[in-house]
Amino acid sequence: MKHMGEMLMSRASFSEIVMGNTALVRAMVEAGTQVVTSYPGSPTPEIATAIRSIPAAERPFYFEFSTNEKVATEVAYGAAVNGHLSTVFFKSVGLNVAADVFVQLSLMNIIGGMVVVLGDDPGVNSSQNEQDNRHFAYLSYTPLFEPTDPTEVYQFYLKAAALSREKGMPVILRLTTHVCHQKERVTFGDYEPLTPDRSPRFDVQNGPYIPIASLVFPQKQRALENLQAVREWAERSDINRIVDHGNNKRGIITSGLPFSSLLDVLENARAKPDVLKLGLAYPVATDTVRRFLETHEEVKILEELDDQMEKQIKAMAYDANLRTRIIGKTDLDDWMGEYTPGKIYQVLVKTWPDLLPAKKIPTADKPHAPARPAQLCPGCGHRSAFHAVKKALAETDITVADIGCHTLGFQPPYNMGQLLMCMGSATSIGAGLSLFNTTRKVVVFMGDSTFFHAALPGVVNALFNRHNLTMVLMENGTTAMTGHQDHAASGKNFNDVTDAIPVRSVLEGLGVRHIHEADAYRMDKIEQMVRQAVDEEGFSVVIAKHPCMLKQTREKRQKGGYEQRHVAIDQETCERINECIEVFACPTFTRQPDGSVVVNEELCIGDGSCIKTCPASAIGYPKLNP
Amino acid sequence: MRTFSIYMTGVGGQGIGLISEIVLRAADHAGFKVKSVDTHGLAQRGGIVVSQLRIGDRVNTPLIPEGEADLVIALERHEALRGMNSALADGGSLVYYDTVWQPLEVRLNEADEVTTELIARSCQSRKIAHIVVATPLDDVRMQNIAVLREINARNLIPGIGTAHYRQAMTDLMSGSMLNANLALFDQT
Repeated sequence: MKHMGEMLMSRASFSEIVMGNTALVRAMVEAGTQVVTSYPGSPTPEIATAIRSIPAAERPFYFEFSTNEKVATEVAYGAAVNGHLSTVFFKSVGLNVAADVFVQLSLMNIIGGMVVVLGDDPGVNSSQNEQDNRHFAYLSYTPLFEPTDPTEVYQFYLKAAALSREKGMPVILRLTTHVCHQKERVTFGDYEPLTPDRSPRFDVQNGPYIPIASLVFPQKQRALENLQAVREWAERSDINRIVDHGNNKRGIITSGLPFSSLLDVLENARAKPDVLKLGLAYPVATDTVRRFLETHEEVKILEELDDQMEKQIKAMAYDANLRTRIIGKTDLDDWMGEYTPGKIYQVLVKTWPDLLPAKKIPTADKPHAPARPAQLCPGCGHRSAFHAVKKALAETDITVADIGCHTLGFQPPYNMGQLLMCMGSATSIGAGLSLFNTTRKVVVFMGDSTFFHAALPGVVNALFNRHNLTMVLMENGTTAMTGHQDHAASGKNFNDVTDAIPVRSVLEGLGVRHIHEADAYRMDKIEQMVRQAVDEEGFSVVIAKHPCMLKQTREKRQKGGYEQRHVAIDQETCERINECIEVFACPTFTRQPDGSVVVNEELCIGDGSCIKTCPASAIGYPKLNP
Repeated sequence: MRTFSIYMTGVGGQGIGLISEIVLRAADHAGFKVKSVDTHGLAQRGGIVVSQLRIGDRVNTPLIPEGEADLVIALERHEALRGMNSALADGGSLVYYDTVWQPLEVRLNEADEVTTELIARSCQSRKIAHIVVATPLDDVRMQNIAVLREINARNLIPGIGTAHYRQAMTDLMSGSMLNANLALFDQT
């Protein structure tokens, strides 16, 4: 098996087992993409992992992690109007951040072409909602491709890029979590490296590029005409296809990952309905759909999340006076969760009770498996910070969470961070919570990558409008939750070393008067700083700093010669207060049947952050030569 | 061959990703059609990591319907129980490495630790063949390979044999890591 980077740059066609995210990068290489930007977010970060596997000197395109999704989209747009085929990728909710620029894209003549790759998350695997970003396609007059598996990720990107370049319009490639992370053998084409024209070709003659007031109308006209042309293209192309089971009674229209789940479920069907699979989910190829409706008595619209296709298809059928019975969503359950084979079975049984054989009733008597929510890692500085902050606050005080590993603090036993919305929102939500409020202190948590991403306007607002709250900035030097990407304070970008922008300097520069800073492991100090900060008038900050220990431990292991240390509990000194396991709650602490607590040596990294939390001083490093 | 469904589970950091990739490539080397999908992201922070994999002559999707897995592979005892509860078909097989990373409820004294006896009883009542792996290891990161060795020795995945697994391991690892893992895999 070839090294991933070599494989992705192979001149000759080849086939390999890859995940959807990797297949996408090969498609970018073959398509001649010149600029790629992103902000990390699940399910898309492995796209950057695949990009990194190509040595920088050989990488045929420029890539950066930008400070947020809006910035990433703007950089990609700027490059594309200079003539360079560009791509921006990010997670589902990233589009909310990027929306302000994104909704304008279709108005512009993007001469280089631009593909917006979205990682939607039906089933809410790692996001704060399962929003259906197909709505943004409608909102912005942007075509949307929806691949089913890694093979189609590769094929559809090539189609999307070609279409985008040809029409000078943005195109969305909408992936979902289990399309991004699915692995299968994919056959790739040749790669013919061309010397790209990297001259700046921006020209106002290609515009207009200024959408103001009535100047917008010709631009909107162009966007709508493009959309119409894309629909006509889709009627003729193989992007939409029919799986013909010779059933003139029943048909199903679907797209994306649900298509593969549906085929699986239909393996057991008594009389398989025909299936129309839409590769282009927007605009819907209405002529193709109409012909499918005309040749079936009943058609089910099998659609994950919202009822986008259903509305379009029903409206078209009304106008065309069709008598076909069209069955869309039947209850609220149909709007929720990923359309796995299990889910599709339930949906289809509600529609056509005779279609599928009954399932065996599973054994009801199953022993309880204790819940295992995601946890802060052993040695995580956030745990120490939460432990200290909790001691400094009263039970009635209000704590606001933000996005990042530190979000996990909301869980027991910490219960730190009682509200959560989106990237960078904690400061401004905290500001609102502080209004008229003289009795309950407001403390907000913020990570360092999120600080640069979207927290700065909230911080500026807190200063500008003199809000009274405290931010605990949990600085770990990386974007940890999404796989340790560098950020503006890291001193490194994706490609090179760069000038670090220390969060403290930013705060000082903005004029924050009260800034306290300590290593998160110094819990006594952090506690005392928080007590002081919440009493200070106005906006105060406590920086609780500690490097991400997961990253540090991995790096040490990779360098070689790493020896795992661990702490131990002296059972004679232990007074069974259980502070370590029930309050500090590092996952290394393990409860024995006799009620004693021991250290799980597989997990403990010997950071010692727990040592000072034991009231009986029973935790320490075992003596090597007693 | 009819589609054979494998549900792999463990705690973030235990190496589910590697064992899944090995089985994926081994199935490919054996000439089957195969698809898999892993959970990523949030789950890695001390949460549950799951990989679903399906092998056969025709595989539409790697996603396994609830309660229809033929084989559950677990790298931790609590996850063995959770995996068999949610994914495993009655009459299927369970193989797990018997280590314990206590979940939150157990650590907070809100639930009892799952015992090997509890799993054995549940397997018996559901006619599940169950194999407990407890090979002592110098390096805990090789628990996944200890389990793979057992899967191969007992031929738990039809049509995939020693040569296929070894080839897959050689695809994915190199140097001393490969040698150590092959040595464990080849142990009789």
